[in-house]
This record gives sequence, C-alpha cells and structure tokens, in this order.
Amino acid sequence: MSAKRYAMAVDTRTCVGCTACVIACKTENDLPDGYARNWITEIATGTFPSLDLTIRSERCNHCDDAPCVAVCPTGASWIGPGGIVLVDPDKCTGCKACIAACPYDARFVDPRTGTVDKCTFCVHRVENGTPTTACQDICPTESIHFGDLNDSDSDIARVLRTREHYTLLPDAGTTPRHYYLK
Amino acid sequence: MQELTTTRANALVDPVLHIWHGEVAAYLFLGGVVAGIMVLVGLSLLQRDDGGRSRHLALLPWSVPVLLSLGMLFLWMDLENRWNAFRFYLVFRPTSPMSWGAWILILVYPASLALAWRTTPAAIREAVRARIARWWEPGERALVGMGGWVDRHSRAVAWTNVIAGAGLGMYTGMLLGTLASRPLWNSAILGPLFLTSGLSTGAAYMLLYRLGDGERIRLARLDMGLIAVELALIAVWLIGLASGGSATRAAAWVLLGGPYTTAFWLLVVGFGLTAPLLAEWMERRGGHVPGRLAAVMVLAGGLALRWIIVFAGQHVGWSEAGVALF
Repeated sequence: MSAKRYAMAVDTRTCVGCTACVIACKTENDLPDGYARNWITEIATGTFPSLDLTIRSERCNHCDDAPCVAVCPTGASWIGPGGIVLVDPDKCTGCKACIAACPYDARFVDPRTGTVDKCTFCVHRVENGTPTTACQDICPTESIHFGDLNDSDSDIARVLRTREHYTLLPDAGTTPRHYYLK
Repeated sequence: MQELTTTRANALVDPVLHIWHGEVAAYLFLGGVVAGIMVLVGLSLLQRDDGGRSRHLALLPWSVPVLLSLGMLFLWMDLENRWNAFRFYLVFRPTSPMSWGAWILILVYPASLALAWRTTPAAIREAVRARIARWWEPGERALVGMGGWVDRHSRAVAWTNVIAGAGLGMYTGMLLGTLASRPLWNSAILGPLFLTSGLSTGAAYMLLYRLGDGERIRLARLDMGLIAVELALIAVWLIGLASGGSATRAAAWVLLGGPYTTAFWLLVVGFGLTAPLLAEWMERRGGHVPGRLAAVMVLAGGLALRWIIVFAGQHVGWSEAGVALF
C-alpha cells in the first residue's frame, strides 16, 4: 500500500456555519484567546431576491505545492506524515514569511510562544490511532470528511469520487488538499 | 453582488494582513543604502587604486558595517521569536529568499570591512596598527597579515563588494517580489527597483560627506541617472500591475486611487524622486540649491518608498482582491 495522503472535504450543502468545528479545534489544540486555526466563511451572491448563500468551514489547505514551506528560511515549515503541512516551533523564528506567502491567510503567530501556528489536520490524533480530526468529530451535520486519499475505501476518497467538488483559489497554483463538496 | 463574511479575527492576519511594519521597511532601506555604498565604492576602487580620493570618501566605507548592523537590529526586532534567530544559520534553503538574504549578509560583513580597510588612508591605518600593537600584539600581527592580504587582492575585494552589494540590493526587493500571494509585491521589477533605489540612496548618503569637487559632481550626475531609471521602473511596475488580472489591478488601485495614493505620489514620486532630480539639475545649470538638500530628499524618499510598499503590499491579498474563490 502506498504512503498516506491525508485530505479533507467540507460539504457546503450541509454545513450550517454553527462554528462547533472552531470551538472543538480551539479546545483540542489549546489555542490562545482570540485566535483560531479554522473559521467559517459565508458568501452571499446574486441580486435580491435571487440570492445564494454558501457556508464553508475553512482552514489551512495543506497544499501539495505549499508556498509557506518553500519560503521558510529555517525549515520550520515542513511536510509531515501523510503530506500534512506542519510547523516545528523549535525551528520557527517568527519571521512571518510563511504568513505572507499563504494565499489563504491560514497562519497566525501564537502570542504565547512567538511561533507560527495553523491547522495540523490533528496530526497528533490521526497518526496515533484516532482516525478523525476534532472538527470532524464535533460536526453536528457530519459535513466534514477526512481520511487517506490513497485508500480507495476511505470516506474522503469515496466522497471525492462521487460528489462534485472544488478547491479555493485554484489560480494560486498551490494544489490544495482541502476540498469543498458542491 | 458578492458579500463575504468570515468569523475569523486572528491578529496580524485580519482584517488585512499586517505582519511587517516599520522595522522591516527600515531594514530594507538600510540594506539598500549599504548595497549602494558597497557597489559605488567598489567600482571607484576598480577605477582608481592609487588612493587618490578625498579623506571623507576614503573613510565612509566604515559606515557599511555600522548601518548594516543597525538594519540587522531592526530585522531582529521584527522577529516574533527572537532567540531562535540563530536558526537562520543552521541551514541554507535555496527556495527561501530570506535564507539567501541571511547568508548574503555573512559575505557582506567581511567584504565591507576589507573594502573599508583598503580605502583607509595609510597614515590612519598605521596609527591604528600602532595603537593595537601597544596592548595586544597577536591582534596587531593578525591585522598586518589581513591588511597585507587585502592590499594584495585589492581588485578581488572591489569585485566582491560590487557583486555582494548588488546581490544585497536586489535581495531587498526580491524578498517581497517573490511572494506570489501578495499581488502588489509579486513583480520581477521589485528587485531591480530596490537595487536602483539602493544605489541612488547610497550615492545620496555619500553626498552627505565633504567630498572633493570632482567626486561630488560625478556622484550627483550618477544619482540623476539613477533617479531617472527609478522613475522609469516605477512606471513599468505600475503599468504591469494596472494591466494585469483582477488581483494585480486591485493591488494597483492601492497606489492609484486607494489608501496609499497620496503618500506614494507625494512622498516617493514627488518629494523623494522628482524634487531632488530637479534640484540636482538646477545645481548643474549653476542655480543655487542649498547644499545636501537633494541628498536628504533622496534618502527620505528611499525610506518612504520601502515603507509604503511594505505596508501597501499587505493591504491586498488574493481574497481581498475579489478574486473568485472557487
């Protein structure tokens, strides 16, 4: 079996923007007050009364071609197990080049440590026997799908095979591994 | 109609990116001045190696390590995790402009010290040697050895300074220019623009000293040419932005009608480039212009250029630019 390749998909048909995923992530990862690794975006398009509302739970896109990893001068930003984009706080100088390089603005500086922080796809869980992320576990509408793309029987491989989907800012050329189901 | 709402409010990221402030602008400015001095003094050493330069021109290369250290201090102050700064020197990452910059600085320090020693008048060098010999003999022996090496390799020292200075000047622009996520910065013009501005501000810094008449006229003439090139590069950069896709057009708007328009056109293009160009032109035609006025304006304009580009570039990212998100 080939190496793991983690990915996530959010079902925009069922996500109601309740922010439970944000709270679960903050609790799971002990984030400082006022900071979040994931967030809810609502986009209203159209002209009244013909309006369309899309609600998305967003986070780091764990890009295959991650510009944050390329610009990091110390190797603190790196590609971890299963292709997850991670930050090693021991190597991070807080130069913020990775924050400037990320087209999704998915990174921030943890004021407690001065190091850069972001979504880890709950690597501490998924690489240690718990197959789900905290945001996925809490989602009351089961809108978040996560798993190994290289396992054709996984939930993520199945939904991406059967549902129309898209990635954010495809023109940025970063090849995200975070998808949105239409 | 498209209305976008996000629940996120992370400091330094929302509502617009604001991670880099005055410290980075000051470092980029000082790096440019240092680059300009290294290139110009290096070229003058290649042109004339007989020591026939004014005392002030001969001594001002000592400014390079001082200004560079000040710039490094600003850069260090910008780091959020300052005590990890040594990590820059544990690895070289070819895809990271910041890594290139960190390692170029390692070359700049010894090169600029060698240049400064080479151009220092013999009487001062002898006085320094004698003073060191009085209290630390091994230090004096090392100084004589290294000084001799520098004298024997004068052309190599000059070329190293020209190349390292050009690399440093170019780097200050490429640091921002290679960030594809920030449309205002993401232009290949930024490297040459910051290098040209660095050469111009370097020349202006040198003009603050009491140089010989010939040296001053040559430098002022060169500075006029550099300012003209800088204005042309700014025009090309803005045309490139304004004629690009929706992200780059939104970025151009920041300087062409948006929040940084007045500051950019008044402080950079007007006060920092056009006014000193006119002042130097008038002085050349025999008009009376207060001494060093043009040089001070060029230096202030060089700082304003970097300050405004650093801040304005963070004002527009892909999503703020209204780029279709999917």
